[in-house]
Amino acid sequence: MNRTVLDLWVGFFVTLGVLALMFLSVKVGNLSSGHLSETYVVHAKFDNIGGLKVRGPVKSAGVVVGRIAEIGFDPVSFEAVVTMKLDGRYHFPKDTFASILTAGLLGEQYVGLDAGGSDKMLDAGETITKTQSAVVLEKLISQFLFSKAADGQDAK
Amino acid sequence: MLNPLSWVRRIGHAAVDRIWRLGFATRFFWAILCYSGASFRRLHLTIREIYFSGVLSLSIITISGLFVGLVLGLQGYETLQRYGSTEALGILVALSLTRELGPVVAGLLFASRAGSSITAEIGLMKATEQLKAMDMMAVNPIARVVAPRFWGGVIAMPLLAAMFSAMGVLGGWLVGVVLIGVDDGAFWSQMQAGVDFRYDIWNGVVKSIVFGIAVSLIAVFEGYDSEPTAEGVSRAITRTVVTSALSILALDFILTSFMFRGTS
Repeated sequence: MNRTVLDLWVGFFVTLGVLALMFLSVKVGNLSSGHLSETYVVHAKFDNIGGLKVRGPVKSAGVVVGRIAEIGFDPVSFEAVVTMKLDGRYHFPKDTFASILTAGLLGEQYVGLDAGGSDKMLDAGETITKTQSAVVLEKLISQFLFSKAADGQDAK
Repeated sequence: MLNPLSWVRRIGHAAVDRIWRLGFATRFFWAILCYSGASFRRLHLTIREIYFSGVLSLSIITISGLFVGLVLGLQGYETLQRYGSTEALGILVALSLTRELGPVVAGLLFASRAGSSITAEIGLMKATEQLKAMDMMAVNPIARVVAPRFWGGVIAMPLLAAMFSAMGVLGGWLVGVVLIGVDDGAFWSQMQAGVDFRYDIWNGVVKSIVFGIAVSLIAVFEGYDSEPTAEGVSRAITRTVVTSALSILALDFILTSFMFRGTS
């Protein structure tokens, strides 16, 4: 086969392959949106993180503002330490409230940040003090059952 | 032939033979790497092999990718609609294709489409003593014949796997959004939220590169090692397809267990 025709076909093939890879990374993957270029780290301590996972989203007002970088355990206070990487464009007040929420009924768990009213902003490496743990369904059900039982006794 | 010692001897012979072939294949791999500089200096040899193993596999790869995506879309919708979460069809199709099906099925197709033809070509060259003739003309057959075919396969395979995955996602989109009527925005946005570039797509690309190396090495080795007869070449082709398929599946399990350990 002619060398130029061969080169043309191979060039066409390689271009198509690279295009397919770009389609996968931009349209299918999160390279276009989820890529955080400049980040800073904050920590938060929770009594119970439920099913929170590393790489899970951190949302504020429903917008993804960061990712969970690391989940550890504090052997002194016996609490879970969640390390979050937040987008460098967004800064939150010092009294920001962090809670573990669930997307939908069966969805993944994420950290929700509710901005406080303080003038001072959280710096990199600081710890969010106001937190709320994940809702554990078993505890919720047992609380509900106990309160029902208590109601029943009152009625008698 | 009822002598038990002869059976033990036969087992020993088979084991030694396998190990010998493994060692030979490793040395052969090393020789390919050593002589691949020469094959890249004469780039048109490698480009010719990319044409034969890559461009000519385009039709089978894209059409199979499309059909795998179509079937994934139909079957995924069938199950997801029971739980009322048909919008998750996009992420289901994309994750199964980029992580597993893309590299593995493209690798299997590549082994049977391109690997077998590489083995046949080299095996026939050996049977007709072209390789020996090259050696006598002071042309190294590994640098001239084997290394370009190896590198052609290694370069073509990841591109083919990416095309397979992309066509599969399009197939899933065709069935899910166009045919059944899943919401277009939810299909893509759930997919983008759930598919991570580093974790899912890049690991799939790494897998396809590893499969490309394995299939190309097996194909050129079996061709080079084949018996120089018509029967020997046909056996070598069979061995290429069987060994490549088994090693793709085994390597896939090993790679998956390292890449996706469920830590996230």
